[in-house]
Amino acid sequence: MPVPILKQGSVLIASIQTALTDTDVLRLQQKLIEQVGRYRSRGIVVDVAAIDVMDSFVARSLRAIAQMTRLRGAEMVLVGIQPEVAFAMVQLGTSLEDVHTALDLEEGLALLESLGGEAGRHGGSVS
Amino acid sequence: MAAPSAEVRVEIASDDDVVAARQAGRRLAEQLGLALTDLTLIATAISEVARNITAYAGRGEIVVRQIERRGRSGVEVIASDDGPGIEDIDRALQDGYTTGGGLGIGLPGARRLMDDFAISSHVGRGTTITMTKWAPA
Repeated sequence: MPVPILKQGSVLIASIQTALTDTDVLRLQQKLIEQVGRYRSRGIVVDVAAIDVMDSFVARSLRAIAQMTRLRGAEMVLVGIQPEVAFAMVQLGTSLEDVHTALDLEEGLALLESLGGEAGRHGGSVS
Repeated sequence: MAAPSAEVRVEIASDDDVVAARQAGRRLAEQLGLALTDLTLIATAISEVARNITAYAGRGEIVVRQIERRGRSGVEVIASDDGPGIEDIDRALQDGYTTGGGLGIGLPGARRLMDDFAISSHVGRGTTITMTKWAPA
């Protein structure tokens, strides 16, 4: 099932509702990378609160989305990892150290704002 | 004589089947009263071995069943295929080793998620992985 992507201001919110097949994950990856350019988004929040399994393929794909997003000049935050999913991810060995995470959507949006603010200050110091 | 043990069998041929197998395994483990954390570990381990089937063998089968051994009950997962087999099982169980372009954490990761883990593989004939999660005594 495709993952709905919501545009809220300069942020894209992808809220994963059901179990994802590998094909769904790859489609989400493609859509997000394409839309980040089309809408000139500054950030992406991927909400995985409804996901009960985060296996190595999903973890690798999410990390790829984060890296591609950064290459496109935006930032991705992963939110909503459930406690037992976090436990399984650490056991499995997919801890996603290089991906921004936040507890929930609200915290994720706040984190994106602070990341964006930093970029703004850098820009300001140059001029 | 105890009641016949619960068992589910899922054919694996596509990535939809990977999801179906881990959901079926999770449901069975839930019926057997395993804790939420264990359900998640089992479902994640099933996902890894099921994907190995689609990635390397194309098709195969996963059986999840209740087992009793030495007074303990648990969930046993058997993933089998008639694929190319694993040439070097020791290396396949090392983190970061892959011949399929993945992260190379599927098999060693699944082993860490479960309590017992065994692989039998013959080149050209296929692979069978048997793994178990025991219910707390």
